[in-house]
Amino acid sequence: MLSLNGIGKRFGGLTALEGISFNVGKGSITGIIGPNGAGKTTLFNVATGIYPPSCGAVLLEGKDISKLPPEGRARLGLVRTFQNIELFGKMTVLENVMVGLHTQSSSGLFACSFRMPWQMSEEKRIRARAMELLDFVGIPELAEVQAGTLSFGKGRLLEIARAMALEPKLLLMDEPAAGLNSSETAELADLIKKIRDLGVTVALVEHDMDLVMDICDQLVVLNLGTMLAEGTPRQIQDNPAVITAYLGEE
Amino acid sequence: MKSDRIKFLVFALVVLLMPLPLSGGYLTNVLIFVGINSVLALGLNLLLGYAGQISLGQAAFFGLGAYGSGVLTTAYGLNPWLAMIAVAVCVALFAFAIGFPVLRLKGHYLAMATLGVGVIVNIAFNETVDLTGGPSGLSGIPNLSIGSLTFDSDLKNYYLVWVFALGMILLSLNLVNSRFGRGLRAIHDSEVAARVMGVNARLMKVQVFTLSAFMSAIMGSLYCHVMTFISPNSFGFHFSVELLTMIVIGGLGSVYGSILGALLLTMLPEMLRTFQDYDIIVYGLLLITMTIYLPGGLVEGIPALFRRLVPAKKVTEGSDA
Amino acid sequence: MELLNQVTQFVISGLATGSIYALIGLSFAIIFNSTGIINFAQGEFVMLGGVLTIFSLNVLHLPLLAAILVAVAVTTVIGLVFERLAIRPLKNATPLMLIIITIGASILIRGLVMLLWGKDTQALPAFSGTDPISVAGATLLPQHLWIFGVTVLVIIGCRLFFNHTISGKAMRACSFNRRAANLVGISVGRMVLFSFVISAAVGALAGVIIAPLTMTAYDVGVMLGLKGFCAAIMGGMGSGLGTVLGGLILGTLESLGAGLISSGYKDAIAFFILLLILFIRPQGLFKKGETERV
Repeated sequence: MLSLNGIGKRFGGLTALEGISFNVGKGSITGIIGPNGAGKTTLFNVATGIYPPSCGAVLLEGKDISKLPPEGRARLGLVRTFQNIELFGKMTVLENVMVGLHTQSSSGLFACSFRMPWQMSEEKRIRARAMELLDFVGIPELAEVQAGTLSFGKGRLLEIARAMALEPKLLLMDEPAAGLNSSETAELADLIKKIRDLGVTVALVEHDMDLVMDICDQLVVLNLGTMLAEGTPRQIQDNPAVITAYLGEE
Repeated sequence: MKSDRIKFLVFALVVLLMPLPLSGGYLTNVLIFVGINSVLALGLNLLLGYAGQISLGQAAFFGLGAYGSGVLTTAYGLNPWLAMIAVAVCVALFAFAIGFPVLRLKGHYLAMATLGVGVIVNIAFNETVDLTGGPSGLSGIPNLSIGSLTFDSDLKNYYLVWVFALGMILLSLNLVNSRFGRGLRAIHDSEVAARVMGVNARLMKVQVFTLSAFMSAIMGSLYCHVMTFISPNSFGFHFSVELLTMIVIGGLGSVYGSILGALLLTMLPEMLRTFQDYDIIVYGLLLITMTIYLPGGLVEGIPALFRRLVPAKKVTEGSDA
Repeated sequence: MELLNQVTQFVISGLATGSIYALIGLSFAIIFNSTGIINFAQGEFVMLGGVLTIFSLNVLHLPLLAAILVAVAVTTVIGLVFERLAIRPLKNATPLMLIIITIGASILIRGLVMLLWGKDTQALPAFSGTDPISVAGATLLPQHLWIFGVTVLVIIGCRLFFNHTISGKAMRACSFNRRAANLVGISVGRMVLFSFVISAAVGALAGVIIAPLTMTAYDVGVMLGLKGFCAAIMGGMGSGLGTVLGGLILGTLESLGAGLISSGYKDAIAFFILLLILFIRPQGLFKKGETERV
């Protein structure tokens, strides 16, 4: 699904990532883990197009997308969520999801200002679909609430609904469990599995080991900007290099 | 949705009936300019209040509309309606072309760049004396007319301007509550997130910039035909700041807020004749205090004030925390 | 020969106004580097410097040096009050709010000056006469020398301050990383205040030394401020040599353009350069690398 080939990223003189190569298998849940400062978020930003890689290539279904901006990647089905939840705070929950449906609609400046009939029916369709997605993540009652006022946990759910609106082939999640309590995390785990069952490939960067071990089919371990290990959760648990990296940090 | 429609119909009705009690007096004249300024403020508000992109050069597009129509109808004798359309399209194309490099800039840099465009255009009005008459202005611009109806009185011009204004207000209301408007607001809240959602931020910013320039140019054309005389002073940096003040007072990101701001700031100096040039002191104070204490403008502030003055009986104090 | 003399003349006066732009550019950069704010009221500090000196001289009948000191001191206090009343109360201000507030402050100051001293253009007498000095066929005014001298002194002063005093180093620390600076015990709020104070003083001084050459009035701040900003942009918003070079280049180009092409478009030249730089090299003329746009 997604292949990273020899990704490197430098900021000025600082090397944040070097020689990262791995595949995210279609229909799997892949976890990217590593101690603080391992380069997880940087890798994430390279994969989603926030930064261009300094070297190497990002391939989506065999197509080189290294030079595509984030919106271009979104159109191809690569969608992300943010660690600190980037909601559109001044818009309602429903509107947030409707922005997610942006690529699934096409009315432009003219159609919108003149309320062309096709624009009106498209609007109706988008609204209905957005409600469906809020149902899917379990917050339909919050539709008309201003997104900026949501709790962190609900905000996370909204962000996932919004990401799902883009009908992703691949959903990249940046620390989805960060800031959630244990019952919220359990709900999240169920939701992520539900998403996978819809046929969406999921990759996530995560600190919460219990969550990662529970839901992931495959794990990639980063340390100090390089790849330390790759394998199933069981293999990773027993990998001595990983154990030293984690214990060494404490 | 439905309540929005009703709100607009009530507003339109008030606007259309307004001249009846005024019977063509001085206030009608002032309200013509309220109409023009409303659309100018609205154009800036679409850009600044919705998309979050500042422009300190709006007066330039207004001026280009006015001078374009003025010059084409006086020196070249072109049909005023034809001139209006041609000029508005040219101004929109100009805005579209400079929009790409200008709107790649953000925040302070964007403010400076748009200011720069505004100043250069204003200097051009002053210096191309052969065409524009330079600092002493351009006079003898004809009134608009349809058939035998010539827009030569305040009352006629009131309806002329406000029909255009109401049209543009309606279109703007449609726009901000649509896919396009949601895209703009998303860009304002978080451009990164908007782009990840597949919103083509770069293009949409340029489109709304172009739209605001187009609206301003149309108003410029109307202005020159209503006034029949124009001079560069009306289109300088000072006026761009005045427009900014209008939407900050009325409410950033609110269509009706733009109109409220335009109404207040156009009426205020007329009421307080003694102020004359010192109105900038008032503008300055308003810009600072509003931004600090009432960033949502009056459209948010007045209802909030109401709620505080008329404490709802159901809600007891302290429970709103 | 005639043309050559003219060009030399234009270059000299261009360098003089360029020095002023450089000083104003520095004053922009000082605030920008410690706060990330582009202060749209910067030009008004420059205007205040000139106008207040004339007021102290003509109305208070102070000797020139005292008048200048009073003008700079009062402007500095205004800078301080401005920061306290308009910048400090803002929590989590967006750039948009800061732009609007500093624009508000700018027109407020301009309006008050107009209210107090009217709209007339006033001249400050040159510091040491107007007898021209002949240099290589071109004439140099004593005021030009004052401008060059003061500019050099201010630049050296800033250098010393930022590199060799605790406060200066603390301000630089803030510009690199505010949170880290805060963690090591630097009061970021105080540094912001400092930056407004120093910036106001530098701006006012620029206004004082240019006033004898160009005259002054309540509304000169806009143009001077914008051109100073242009200089700062050319220099990449640093408070170093880049901005000084930017100012000198801008002043010279403007003077040559006005002299050889058309004086009416003098101001347009500066803005044209400003736009070009913002579009093509927003990181400044002399900086390499960084593609990030601010």
